[in-house]
Amino acid sequence: MRETFAATVNEAMDEDPRTAVVLADISAGMFRRSSLKHPGRVINLGIREQAMIDVAGGLALTGMRPIAHSYAPFLVERPFEQLKIGLGHQDVGAILVSIGGSYDAAEEGRTHQAPEDVAVLDTLPGWTVRVPGHPDEVRDALEQDLPGDHRVYLRLSNTSNRAALPVRPRLHVVRTGSSRSAGVVLAVGPMLDRTLEATADLDVTVAYTSTVRPFDREGLGVLAAAAGNADVLLVEPYLRGTSAHEVSESLADRRHRQLSLGVPRDAELRAYGTPTEHARSHGLDTEGIAKSAREFFLV
Amino acid sequence: MTITAAFSRYADLPALIGLMEGDEKHNGASASTLDVLWVLYDRVLDVTPDTAEAPDRDRFLLSKGHGPAAYYAVLAAKGFLDVPTLRGWTTFDSPLGHHPDRVLVPGIEIGSGSLGHGMPLGLGMALGLRAQRIRRADGTEPRVVVLVGDGELDEGSNHEAIAAAGRLGVDNLTVVAIDNDSATHGWPGGIGRRFEVEGWEAREVNGRDHTALHDAFVPSRSGRPLAVVARVRN
Repeated sequence: MRETFAATVNEAMDEDPRTAVVLADISAGMFRRSSLKHPGRVINLGIREQAMIDVAGGLALTGMRPIAHSYAPFLVERPFEQLKIGLGHQDVGAILVSIGGSYDAAEEGRTHQAPEDVAVLDTLPGWTVRVPGHPDEVRDALEQDLPGDHRVYLRLSNTSNRAALPVRPRLHVVRTGSSRSAGVVLAVGPMLDRTLEATADLDVTVAYTSTVRPFDREGLGVLAAAAGNADVLLVEPYLRGTSAHEVSESLADRRHRQLSLGVPRDAELRAYGTPTEHARSHGLDTEGIAKSAREFFLV
Repeated sequence: MTITAAFSRYADLPALIGLMEGDEKHNGASASTLDVLWVLYDRVLDVTPDTAEAPDRDRFLLSKGHGPAAYYAVLAAKGFLDVPTLRGWTTFDSPLGHHPDRVLVPGIEIGSGSLGHGMPLGLGMALGLRAQRIRRADGTEPRVVVLVGDGELDEGSNHEAIAAAGRLGVDNLTVVAIDNDSATHGWPGGIGRRFEVEGWEAREVNGRDHTALHDAFVPSRSGRPLAVVARVRN
């Protein structure tokens, strides 16, 4: 996904003079060609993430379309107030593109992991949040978001689904359950393939989205109404329950049950290893999701 | 004579501030910036109410945000704000609060109040103007002027911007630091040195002396960003 991101942005740099890239050393080499071709439009500030976000705000205030990029903890958490003041309060936009999604950087340890990224960003108004599940979705998302002026968080991951789905504001139904189905499963981004596998023997509707904000409340409401039970299992690759309040809002008009899967909130996982091992530990591998799904849908 | 013309002189500023704060309650932060703001808007910045949205305007950023009465008074004297608007300041329906909001007031370039954002925002603007090769009709580059306080420099985010601007040679950026000795732990050796060592040109002046301030704001020809340290005793 990171390569697709760089390739798409480098192409945009050639085509749209508004485009600017703001970096804090991470991935600087991927934009070297653009920095030579387009003087002043690739700005590497060194390891200065607070400046990176406010500089992006300043660029936007002169009419440019800034793209800021780093590891998720250094892009969203360290300069959080810059996101609030330098972008939101100034009423300007930027595209933030993160790598390291949740525990992709398992070997690097806690400092390079930020499963909280979408949850903390969700406390600020006006953000579009994209969680692509395939490199082609990264390109699709950027082609939709680059021409605008809005605030976008594009969360890249090393984990991909086998096939790309269109990036759009509405939920995408991947499998439709019967009229007596147990409920709806919503898989976000890279969680889709394993969620499909984990729920293969259940009569449920499986929906997918790579656009988690704004959340398609209406779409989820329609799917829940058509299912045998209005019960929703949410499978997100980041902090557990990040979109639980959106599910609640979507189903506020009907009795329902809901369960959220994601990275647990109650303890820091103090382990290195691989993303696969972290997924297993968090119950986010196929087996873990299957077990939670069977229990939740009372199979 | 219109109302605007009647309140358009330096001598009118205390009366304009009085409309907001009452005649006797001039607070220190407000007063410390008064002369610098006046010289900037009267003699330095190339921006008027008619060009407040022009791409090639000069931009002024009140980074510290605190004590904005002097700022609002100068904006009113220069026609960016209607004088009667000053009366209702800080009330629910007023666009004028204790910290300015760019969305509510045309002519105000940034919303500020949380310290340490103006300099990196101004750096981004200066880089944006340069990247787009924006020039005035006479071929000169518009400039970005950021006002910070000496206490505000405590915030580490400023020092990210100082180092980056110096190293990138952003000479369309000027910072004016109002030094009224308000930083709790002080700046041994002076504020100017913090900028110089990072590659800026630094000038120190009496922050009440209009001629000296005007001279200090003459753009740097050295290819370096400019820091003007304006000493003010409250």
